Amino acid sequence: MCLAVPMKVTSIDNDHATCIIGDVERKVRLSLLSEVHVGEYVIVHAGYAIQILDEEEARETLQLFADFQGDIGEMG
Amino acid sequence: MRYDTILLEHGSGGLASRRLVEELLVPYLKNPVLERLDDHAEIELEGTRLAFTTDSFVVDPIFFPGGDIGKLAVNGTVNDLAMGGAKPLFLSVGLILEEGLPVVDLKRIMHSMAEATKKAKVHIVTGDTKVVAHGAADKIFINTAGIGLIPKGVALSGHRGEVGDRVLISGPIGEHGIAVMAQRSDLDFVSSCKSDTAPLADLVAQMLHAYQGIHSLRDPTRGGLAATLNELAEQSGVRIEVEESAIPITESVESACELLGLDPLHLANEGVLVALVPAEGANLVLDAMLNHPLGQKAQIIGEVYSKKLPVVILRTQIGGKRVLAVPTGVQLPRIC
Amino acid sequence: MRFLREFRNPQAAEVLVRRIRKVADSLGEISLMEVCGTHTMSIYRYGIRHLLPPNIRILSGPGCPVCVTPNAFLDRAIALARLPGVTIATFGDMMRVPGSTSSLEREQARGCDIRVVYSPIDAFRIAAQEQHRRLVFLGVGFETTAPALAATLLEASRDEVKNFSILSAAKLIPPAMQALLKDGPLRLSGFLCPGHVSTIIGSRPYESLVNEHGIPCVIAGFEPLDILYGILMLLEQVSEHRAEVEIAYRRAVRPEGNPKAKRVLKEVFIERDAQWRGIGVIEGSGLALLSTLEAHDAFLIEVEVEPTREVPGCICGLVLSGQRTPFECDLFARECTPETPQGACMVSAEGTCAAAYRYGRIEEER
Repeated sequence: MCLAVPMKVTSIDNDHATCIIGDVERKVRLSLLSEVHVGEYVIVHAGYAIQILDEEEARETLQLFADFQGDIGEMG
Repeated sequence: MRYDTILLEHGSGGLASRRLVEELLVPYLKNPVLERLDDHAEIELEGTRLAFTTDSFVVDPIFFPGGDIGKLAVNGTVNDLAMGGAKPLFLSVGLILEEGLPVVDLKRIMHSMAEATKKAKVHIVTGDTKVVAHGAADKIFINTAGIGLIPKGVALSGHRGEVGDRVLISGPIGEHGIAVMAQRSDLDFVSSCKSDTAPLADLVAQMLHAYQGIHSLRDPTRGGLAATLNELAEQSGVRIEVEESAIPITESVESACELLGLDPLHLANEGVLVALVPAEGANLVLDAMLNHPLGQKAQIIGEVYSKKLPVVILRTQIGGKRVLAVPTGVQLPRIC
Repeated sequence: MRFLREFRNPQAAEVLVRRIRKVADSLGEISLMEVCGTHTMSIYRYGIRHLLPPNIRILSGPGCPVCVTPNAFLDRAIALARLPGVTIATFGDMMRVPGSTSSLEREQARGCDIRVVYSPIDAFRIAAQEQHRRLVFLGVGFETTAPALAATLLEASRDEVKNFSILSAAKLIPPAMQALLKDGPLRLSGFLCPGHVSTIIGSRPYESLVNEHGIPCVIAGFEPLDILYGILMLLEQVSEHRAEVEIAYRRAVRPEGNPKAKRVLKEVFIERDAQWRGIGVIEGSGLALLSTLEAHDAFLIEVEVEPTREVPGCICGLVLSGQRTPFECDLFARECTPETPQGACMVSAEGTCAAAYRYGRIEEER
């Protein structure tokens, strides 16, 4: 019940936005978020953006995985 | 048969479709040629081997990016013949028209069919037209039947898969499925996908020219690659393993599937083929495909592993393993 | 496809698996439970169980809203579909779920006007465009979906689109997780908590599981690296004798969740007891429309619904609560297959039994 995808916001008109994933475009409602900007990534479920994707956190998580890779030698 | 009425699922190319054919239709019409259940029938007439096939087209919408029902009807039957290694020669066409269909649409479809026959180098030599009352058909239904010549030495069948055969695919999956789905107004998404409908006979001829010992060819139409691989596994009685990361797929199809929760392995393809080729010939066939306009994204995606229980195993893109099952139900967008 | 592909990196997956194996090595038999159909699906789709060490078991809980929707709801939806002038709009997931004697798919075959949509907004649009039809949207889902249902309903109410209504079967996950621990003989070492439900509700609702039951909770996303990382964090908690609520899915989940979405929910829904298929009634686990919105409440449409019947031999409830595996059900892979589902667990592609049937047989071979 959690099928949601990260999409990039390409245009906003009040609560209506156009978002894109890959090259698929879909109209998305922003009524569940307070402030969204063009260019941000949002998590989209059933036609609604339910959260803004925190790109910094995403980077940190991926960096953590990369750091794990570096630990391999130490793991023995 | 587990149902008392026919459901849409019976036409979607998955398990229900198979059961309908195997449990309800074939038992009435039994004969050894039919029971092989390849996409084409092989008939021997006074030393000449013919391939004979038929297919009906009921796609909605009738016009979509990359083609229309007419183009599909020609290419679909040409391809069924091509999967038997035959040179497609002659087609028949049966039209069922719904009262109220605009003549301008019919003209467009006829034009499209003419173009498709030219490209596929076949001739429509006989046909029939019926008109039914408004509501009794959805705009236009087309049936095409075709015959082709099977050259000497060519013996292609879903039953011929052997341990060690490599699994090859000619191009990216899901283009037709997404192109058609994107036209549904109640899903309201925009995609650049175009149907990949194309005649494959020439590609097949090139492949056979490079290596005549190809065992099986199949085009993954309804039910997608998942249905086709399972059919081959069942018919040959083998375990097939494929590598998910080797299966060609465009970003357009991938992203549409992510958004709607669809499985690209279950989506229809109309210009792609799958081949089972003995190991010694695999690279020869692959090269022939890569050098053909319709095979430029061809890949070796897997191997026939054993003759135990027929099953298709997918090695996932993160190195896990799972069974690639026969699709059930109709592909629908989901939230779960 | 940014923020998806990176979380499917096979090299990173291999590293996470190695770390998991290392931590798991010093632990005994561990059972972790995920309570989200999308987690069930993702775990099977990527073959994750195949990569885990044998002492780590992942159980599937009642996290598929389709699977836990009771027969009675389907029966009512079908009865409404049969009324003249009614259009049913639904997520695709519901089409093949068996009710007592039929399904939406079969009713569609018989000529009922049933349409599959991707979003409740699409259903709202149909209602606005076809004002002569009574549009009933089947409101199935958990906290991820409920705000979308609520927002659409508020729009319909504001725009006075009177022919749009919702038949709510929306449910809440944390009460179900509590109920699992209260009654069942489960010995869980941890919960893999649903990432997108948590996007809405935040991390606080899981604290009672930690405080009252001492069960580690990690909120995880759905890409394979997210799931592996979530499992790793749970195992580390177990190994270090900790029990906390942790967020692994930090790019999408804030501790406070989505405050605006929570406010929208309160404007439309009220909590009530709800029936979970195969499990029974769980207190305070369902969402019903507030009486101020009764003009849009499809439960108030007069219709005769057939008496509910359950399938004998179906142990969906035990499977949904993690007490039995699909392979232990007498009907599994015999009478009950994805083609002929007897119970909800088999219908939805994410239903535990459907996932096991489609993807899991390789495990039987091991």
